[in-house]
Amino acid sequence: MAKKSTRDRMSNEINAGSMADIAFLLLIFFLVTTTIAEDKGITVKLPPWSEEEPDPTKLKKRNVFSVLVNAQDQLLVRGDPAPVEQLRERAKIFISNPYNAEDMAERPTKAIISLKNDRGTSYEAYLRVYNELKAAYRELWDELSQRKYGIPYSEEMPFAYKKEIRSEIPFVLSEAEPTAFGEE
Amino acid sequence: MAKFSKKRGKANPEVSTASLPDIIFMLLFFFMVVTVLRDAELKLDVNTPYATELTKLEEKSLVNYLYIGKPKPKYQKLYGTSPRLQLGDKFSTIADIPIFLEKHKIKVPEARHGQITSSLRVDGEVTMGIVTDVKTKLRKSGQLKVNYSAKKDPDKK
Repeated sequence: MAKKSTRDRMSNEINAGSMADIAFLLLIFFLVTTTIAEDKGITVKLPPWSEEEPDPTKLKKRNVFSVLVNAQDQLLVRGDPAPVEQLRERAKIFISNPYNAEDMAERPTKAIISLKNDRGTSYEAYLRVYNELKAAYRELWDELSQRKYGIPYSEEMPFAYKKEIRSEIPFVLSEAEPTAFGEE
Repeated sequence: MAKFSKKRGKANPEVSTASLPDIIFMLLFFFMVVTVLRDAELKLDVNTPYATELTKLEEKSLVNYLYIGKPKPKYQKLYGTSPRLQLGDKFSTIADIPIFLEKHKIKVPEARHGQITSSLRVDGEVTMGIVTDVKTKLRKSGQLKVNYSAKKDPDKK
């Protein structure tokens, strides 16, 4: 009987106050050991390595949109200096060639963008140029997608649509071996 | 006066802390979901440039990271200030890339080897010379899927 009375006096609840401390400990552990995911970037498919140099003479000059970036991060677009801000617009006009100009791509499928940089070019400038060229293609895909299917171009759109668009305006960007004038 | 003090005396002055663990657990789960475990200590200063045409890297287990940048001040005495390559948690040379890729490959099921992406985390101020060397080595090793890590430009939409 005496035993039973001590039982009665005991509290039946587990003290939940320390739960917060345990949870805090875990929280702080995760705060310290983790970084917020910022895994985003420009995805690129590199060409397979081959020993022989590609022969550029086969290409018609009008189908090639050459972009050169020198060690001072200056741009030379089809032989003329140009600011990077204009690059996207110019690339778009070159690829789509809305007025059938003599010196621009015959068809979007034949357009080739040739990018060449120096070993002294800063990575930031290189990526900016690459980004602009990719944006030009993305905008063209977007326009085509709106015209054909009435929906904006996105990675989530039906695969058949995407394939159709990509075959009509293929992404062709060739990168030449960089020059080595300006390496530090 | 008496009325007031009586009421006060009856009320329970303690705030219940029973819901505190729930709140903390909620925070805990939030952080567990939005974060990835840091696998290696970064010994370089890497400040990736801004870009707009970004794609997200979906599966972390299929990604290997290559860092290029200037060594952090505490390593500069030993390694100098010119841009270096870091693979895993140590300073490396271009020649170490194939072994690094192979080490990552054995952790991935064979059917998914084609989906492995190399994430290049490169500092914006680095010159293209070392980046080109790394790219060439990746091409020679058959690792063609590459992601140039970049941040979303806050000025443009």
